[in-house]
Amino acid sequence: MSLLETVIFAVIKMLVIVVVMFLTVAYSVYFERKISAWAQNRMGPNRVGYRGLLQPFADVFKLLVKEDIVPDAAHKPLHTLAPFIALFVAFATYAVVPFGPSINLFGYDVKLVVADVNIGILYVLALTSLGVYGITFAGWSSGSKYSLMGGIRSSAQMISYEVSMGFSIAGVLLLSESLRPIEIVNAQYGWMWNAVLQPIGFITFVVSAFAETNRLPFDLPEAEPELVGGYHTEYSSFKFAAFFLAEYANMIIASCLIVTLYLGGWQIPYIDKLGLGETLTVILQVGAFIFKVVFMLFFFIWVRWSIPRFRYDQLMNIGWKVMFPLSLVNILWVAVLIMIFNL
Amino acid sequence: MNIELILFIILATIAAVTSILVITRSNAVISAVFLVLNFFALAGLYLLLNAQFISVVQIIVYAGAIMVLFLFVIMLLRTDGEPRIFSDKRYIKYFALLISIFVFIQVSYLLLIGSPSKSVTGNQSASINSGTIETIGKELYTNYIIPFEVAGFLLLAATIGAIILAKKKFE
Repeated sequence: MSLLETVIFAVIKMLVIVVVMFLTVAYSVYFERKISAWAQNRMGPNRVGYRGLLQPFADVFKLLVKEDIVPDAAHKPLHTLAPFIALFVAFATYAVVPFGPSINLFGYDVKLVVADVNIGILYVLALTSLGVYGITFAGWSSGSKYSLMGGIRSSAQMISYEVSMGFSIAGVLLLSESLRPIEIVNAQYGWMWNAVLQPIGFITFVVSAFAETNRLPFDLPEAEPELVGGYHTEYSSFKFAAFFLAEYANMIIASCLIVTLYLGGWQIPYIDKLGLGETLTVILQVGAFIFKVVFMLFFFIWVRWSIPRFRYDQLMNIGWKVMFPLSLVNILWVAVLIMIFNL
Repeated sequence: MNIELILFIILATIAAVTSILVITRSNAVISAVFLVLNFFALAGLYLLLNAQFISVVQIIVYAGAIMVLFLFVIMLLRTDGEPRIFSDKRYIKYFALLISIFVFIQVSYLLLIGSPSKSVTGNQSASINSGTIETIGKELYTNYIIPFEVAGFLLLAATIGAIILAKKKFE
């Protein structure tokens, strides 16, 4: 492939992903509202469009036409920058998530991932560690006590859980012997999913993902009863919408990562033994990836509407005294798997 | 002019300008923000030198972890009095001047008298390979295993020390 072709394919893939991501983010909000309605025995949104299907667009449009209020005490440049950082980080992470194996399209061998880089997992870690800036800046620049408390809580929380997240990922990397997401998925052939091989690492990673995305039961940064709205108390109009979308985009990214690292990515166990056509296999595998991601999204939302919020000291105790030691135990377990069972 | 040179000029300009802004802003939080930007420019420069691993680690460790902790502390402290330090106490100014002259002499000595490294003209594929995580991992765990373990041990000792100091204060 020439340089021009590579660039064109990359641009097309990026455009597709941005459009798909915006739609998925919008519909995950709808999904969340419908599931919360189901959990609480209500109807949920059902006025705009058929069964409320156009509700997310109505919500975004309403937020766009609202007045953008910047408080007098705010530091204006940072106050404006913060929501952009949050959105950018959420969307940029998707570049390295593979959603299918390579496919033969118009004579070209196209990899179904935007950037197939050999340090893909490190790239994800780098971006998630930057995600905290959006919230921290938002908290500080608003010039409000509630926002500041929310921002500080979130930076403490995200740093604490990044440790156990990193160590859980180390277990995956030990088994796949590569930092390339595609290799990690290929290493989970058949039922050799990392969730099966290293259940402890799976649990610590999922819990850390909940904490990193600031979802209940770890949504201390925006705990309504204590902090009004947390870091986005002073945000309105589109800047608020940006934070709102970033939260859901982060949730989708977390689901994608859980699926890629632990649930076998696009793999359907032993599908190549069935003797299906190549294109059909690829379509089924992409479908399997989407199905797994939607299942994880459902799990995120299900937990949110079932479990109450932790107290702040409980959150820190779980992070440092439970999840961190467990992720270390997981690394030991993976070492045992490699040394004794020769995986 | 090739693309690497253009990228180098852009990144180097960002690095130089942001590092000046870090020391001239009176608001500590804004200085920290520019320091983060500076780390990004540095990470870009590492990438241009084919050191992908160092580049990503620069972002994960410095921009992602250390600077977040910096910001955390700055936000918790009241830094209103900071801008007055230089106007109130004049002797600090002279001290700063002395140190800057000393550093300036050192840097200019290195630039003028020290010869540039000869290895710049090595072949490119070798330099790409030496920047990968595999090469660095192998080097760290074979040739440099003792310095690596000693550094790890020192960090562990520092962590334990910090925890003990913090605990004493609370009790």
